[in-house]
Amino acid sequence: MNHDYQKDISGCGLTGLISRKRRRISGADIVKSLCLMTDRGNGLGAGYAAYGIYPEFKDFYAFHIMFDEPSVRWTLEEYLKNNYHIEKIEEIPTAPVKAIPISPLLVRYFVKPLKDKMVGDIQEEDFVVNTVMKVNSEIEGAYIFSSGKNMGAFKGVGNPCDIAEFFRIEEYEGWTWTAHTRFPTNTPGWWGGAHPFTLLDWSIVHNGEISSYGINKRYLEMFGYKLTLLTDTEVAAYMLDLLIRRQGLDIPSACLALASPFWKKIDELPDGEREALTALRQTYGSALLNGPFSILFGHSKGLVGINDRIKLRPLVAALKDDVTYMASEESAIRAICPAPDKVWAPRAGDPVIVNLED
Amino acid sequence: MLEINASGLYYRELNQKIRDAVNNGEKEITVKNVNGQYYMGDGLRGKATITIEGVPGNDLAAFMDGPTLVIKANAQDNISNTMNTGKVVIHGNAGDVLGYGMRGGKLHILGDVGYRVGIHMKGVKKQAPTIIVGGTAGDFFGEYMAGGVLILLGLNNDGRPIVGDYLGTGMHGGVIYVRGEVDKKNCGAEVGILDLDDEDRKVLKDSLTEYCKDMGLSLDEIMKKGFKKLIPVSLRPYGNLYAY
Repeated sequence: MNHDYQKDISGCGLTGLISRKRRRISGADIVKSLCLMTDRGNGLGAGYAAYGIYPEFKDFYAFHIMFDEPSVRWTLEEYLKNNYHIEKIEEIPTAPVKAIPISPLLVRYFVKPLKDKMVGDIQEEDFVVNTVMKVNSEIEGAYIFSSGKNMGAFKGVGNPCDIAEFFRIEEYEGWTWTAHTRFPTNTPGWWGGAHPFTLLDWSIVHNGEISSYGINKRYLEMFGYKLTLLTDTEVAAYMLDLLIRRQGLDIPSACLALASPFWKKIDELPDGEREALTALRQTYGSALLNGPFSILFGHSKGLVGINDRIKLRPLVAALKDDVTYMASEESAIRAICPAPDKVWAPRAGDPVIVNLED
Repeated sequence: MLEINASGLYYRELNQKIRDAVNNGEKEITVKNVNGQYYMGDGLRGKATITIEGVPGNDLAAFMDGPTLVIKANAQDNISNTMNTGKVVIHGNAGDVLGYGMRGGKLHILGDVGYRVGIHMKGVKKQAPTIIVGGTAGDFFGEYMAGGVLILLGLNNDGRPIVGDYLGTGMHGGVIYVRGEVDKKNCGAEVGILDLDDEDRKVLKDSLTEYCKDMGLSLDEIMKKGFKKLIPVSLRPYGNLYAY
């Protein structure tokens, strides 16, 4: 694929919602919310992530894979068959959309690692991460862009409404949704570069620019991650996997590593807290995301929204009954929830953490 | 009085309707069912009063020169960018970067505001742009301020800090009035914290009388609590920043 270099100046738009009670909400809502912010993007990328959409295959990893050329599919499937039990293969359902004349081949696989392929004490999730890294870096023209259980990302080059129509988003029902309209600033607008970025159950949508990309990338590479998608946001998805799943940080601590308070603030804290934060910043200096950002990250147990430390990108949150909404603009929330119980603008670096009820 | 239904209208269509109405001499316009339409009132001239029902989109009242906009709900980011004359009244909260490079006119907000409010406000000739915030403000309030007046009231702040960090950082003109105490460590290096003099009390009283009328608040109630005045007192405080 020809990754034409684009550089424009603007923001992106993001929106997300979560029903704490795991009530499955139609994709129609998130589409309506995102489409209100169409003008925050420029048609060079849009996408959606949803949790709870594959209840019938909830014990299998759902691999969403894009192929630059149909022929690559057979190379990939040969690799997959050697390493996974494949419960089901199907092309991701799409609808013809005039504004999207060309697209990669899009196929999904519901899979489980073969027991005898997992040598030593490797965990199932590590095995899946290795597969994603291997396929994306070694099988030319194949990209696994979604690899979690009972969740999936749907993304491509186009406007939010067109991408939604293309992937028939309104036909899915999920308890957590995130969505993004893209205005690429420093990296190419291509199908793999659209948001959300995912790995296992982690999914990220991001408005801004991660100026620490180089530092973050080198740090992640030391732990075996391979950065292949030509976009800064990719580091955030892998960083969460590293900090939370592999190194066992809880979500508030991971947020403090990604958007640490300034030293000036840390120095003012009482003894115990100051030492803890100092240790966290020293240990995870290379995980700090510098530059302007607002981010939503979804995972199997909830949804988190977070800003950079000086609020260089917008983020608004709202509550209504069992649903929490977060978006770049209040109007994007009101488009689907006209009368929220509460609306607020989260403070810089102060995460909004929503957990699903069991 | 003219009524415009904004439901489902794209911002271009909606703003064209408003512009046409003002050009036709309409003095009272109500725009209903607004949600997220950008650029409302931008570059608009004349003396019309436009009431907006719903949450207007970003970049409201940029370059506006004359009209009054009354927003009955919350408003979003980037309001009154380089506004010249006229007034914006918001009966709710508002977002970040309000009054950027504002040259004149008034921006009255009942609730809280976000970050970078009054950034590079300047005024021009005898015009003193004024922003009054009823609630609290985030970091960088009055950053790079060059002229005009910022008033922060902190009403109903429920114990939250009235203002964030980096208050008046880079300030080299204009004046900030804060109702309550200000901690020097949250201020830019060039900011001096002073008590009010008679001239300040007059400016505050004049500005707040109009604000209270817009919002239905009691001036006496507001004036019961003391204000601090912030002005730039140091020249070139960063002169040695990159020298050593």
